[in-house]
Amino acid sequence: MTVLFGQLFTGISIGAVLLLIALGLALTFGQMNVINMAHGEFIMAGAYTTYVLQQSITGAGLSLAVALPVAFVVAGTMGVLLEVLLIRRLYARPLDTLLVTWGVSLMLQQLARDVFGSPNVQTRAPELLTGNVALPGGLTIANNRLFILALALAAVAALTLALRLTPLGRRIRAVVQNRDLAAVSGIATARVDRTTFFVGSGLAGLAGVALTLLGPIGPTMGTNLIIDAFLVVVVGGIGQLKGSVIVAFALGVLQATGEYLTTLSVAKVIVFVAIVAFLQWRPQGLFTLRTRSLA
Amino acid sequence: MSLFRGRRILAGAMTLVAAAAMTACGSKTTDEGGATGVTADVSGDTVKVGLLNSLSGTMAISEVTVRDSIMLAVEEINAAGGVLGKKIQPVGEDGASDWPTFAEKAEKLISEDRVAAVFGCWTSASRKAVKPVFEKNKALLFYPVQYEGLEQSPYIFYTGATTNQQIVPGLDYLKSQGAKSVYLVGSDYVFPRTANKIIKAYAAANGMTVLGEDYAPLGSTEFGTIVNKVKSSGADAVFNTLNGDSNVAFFKEYKSAGLTAAGMPVVSVSIAEEEVKGIGTQYLEGQLTAWNYYQTTPGAANSKFVAAYKAKYGADKPTSDPMEAAYVGVHLWKAMVEKAGAFDVEKVRAASDGITFDAPEGLVTVDGKTQHIAKTARIGKIGADGLITEVWNSGKPVAPDPYLKTYPWASGLS
Repeated sequence: MTVLFGQLFTGISIGAVLLLIALGLALTFGQMNVINMAHGEFIMAGAYTTYVLQQSITGAGLSLAVALPVAFVVAGTMGVLLEVLLIRRLYARPLDTLLVTWGVSLMLQQLARDVFGSPNVQTRAPELLTGNVALPGGLTIANNRLFILALALAAVAALTLALRLTPLGRRIRAVVQNRDLAAVSGIATARVDRTTFFVGSGLAGLAGVALTLLGPIGPTMGTNLIIDAFLVVVVGGIGQLKGSVIVAFALGVLQATGEYLTTLSVAKVIVFVAIVAFLQWRPQGLFTLRTRSLA
Repeated sequence: MSLFRGRRILAGAMTLVAAAAMTACGSKTTDEGGATGVTADVSGDTVKVGLLNSLSGTMAISEVTVRDSIMLAVEEINAAGGVLGKKIQPVGEDGASDWPTFAEKAEKLISEDRVAAVFGCWTSASRKAVKPVFEKNKALLFYPVQYEGLEQSPYIFYTGATTNQQIVPGLDYLKSQGAKSVYLVGSDYVFPRTANKIIKAYAAANGMTVLGEDYAPLGSTEFGTIVNKVKSSGADAVFNTLNGDSNVAFFKEYKSAGLTAAGMPVVSVSIAEEEVKGIGTQYLEGQLTAWNYYQTTPGAANSKFVAAYKAKYGADKPTSDPMEAAYVGVHLWKAMVEKAGAFDVEKVRAASDGITFDAPEGLVTVDGKTQHIAKTARIGKIGADGLITEVWNSGKPVAPDPYLKTYPWASGLS
């Protein structure tokens, strides 16, 4: 029973990680239709930001707290640069965007290798986040997993509120639903695109900070995550945040259950088979955005 | 329409890649040398040796350090007058973490550069890829990394540990500490699976229970479930044969699940000083590793090796077991050649038995029959400073036994 509950929590926390890495992509890919293969490298940038900050800020807790906003800005700025310099010139050419951003991803990886060296680097996690909460029945819940879950939920909540309530959010939704109509209504679509890209990439940076608590920090860490992130967004449905949220947790629990009953490799196969089957049934994803746009 | 065109472009690209791969495979089947073998070119006042390591790709992290220590050994030998009066001229090739490339570059070093010996390879996959090339050309490879055993090529000298010099002593140590049950965690490829087969046979014969066995694909970084399984098994210890990035995720998860080195120690066979740096001592402090050499190993030979390495490559660079084994390989080859009085491969092989070298890890002796070397087995504990300190050693060099013939419990293996 305790194992079962432990597994359920593991599944939810895998889901939280998936959600956190996919959230930024849900914005740039889901809302703007830009296939950004360099999204994983923005995650990497967030992780390295934590590492760099820790060289000067000694307290592990403080440096993590500082890293969250700084990584958001660092990755967001990288995203804006990418958008202004390359992606803006390639809108409506998805295949070219895919190749160009993949090239950018390789360049950023090599840059990380040149600056930080190819071996992984280490960061110190605050002691609080390396412990766990003991529940009755010998069950424990890891603090770093709780932290990531909280961070993911907070990010979703903030993003949802921003999209619903703020003027910027309204403009973003207007551009997603009908770009031309938004433009003729006086919305500066280019500026909205840039802002959306800043936020989406910034969220990747946030994910990078969180991942330093769980996994390796190295030049190739982004490539391992990018596929999972795309899976979540594609299955969740383009243009909707709630699809990504539900799918992230569903895939997390499926993965954890499959892995518990079989092995990690087989669980991955189960997840992929489930995704393929699901997309046969609903190629448009879990939720779709219904608009009157002709595009 | 545009999507359709995109797919056609993709299909075209795939075809190109496939064609390129087939060409690459084809080129390694050239049959130069034939049955007589290629003789090394030693006519000048230098002798060429080949250095075959991955300088790019996923294995570069590890293999570059091996290349560096081979170069250090070559420089030392040249400074002392060379081999048989000839200076060593190293010829470097990049295996690019790609096994067919290793085979191709090995062929090039042997047939075109006509080197007297090749030093390199890291993964068992790359060794298995070049093995037929060396055997066909009757050329020599010095392989520096601990491996899964059950191999004995006449044209390879294995200067890293075989299973009875690393894994078996690791199990002996756990047994002596009172461990009655173990949980096995490893990456999903040949080395961990073979190693775990051996561990299970050992456990069955020594009254140990294997409570579980889990494999993660290489590069996997999600260990929530595996650590849950390990924890609920209540094993006395964990035997870890994970490789690469997976170790980072595994140990972070291990610590946050509340598991400790005191409560359930993990014995790892693929974590050396360099890897400790990348995982973080916060997560590794107190955990155990099984190797034959640590940077902290006492002795004049090691102080000299560590000082020379740091002087050449930087004070922050640690030395590790595979680097040491590669360094030893070059010096052993020199000793073999000098005993044989020639660079000829068959004469070098014949002269190899009983060659000794005062290595950083202590005295090592070449066993001419298996072409492995007798090494002292060591268990170390990872400290807060990232260095590994020895907690146990075998007292004397352990004779290599790649097929575990001297262990009755291993009779059913291979």
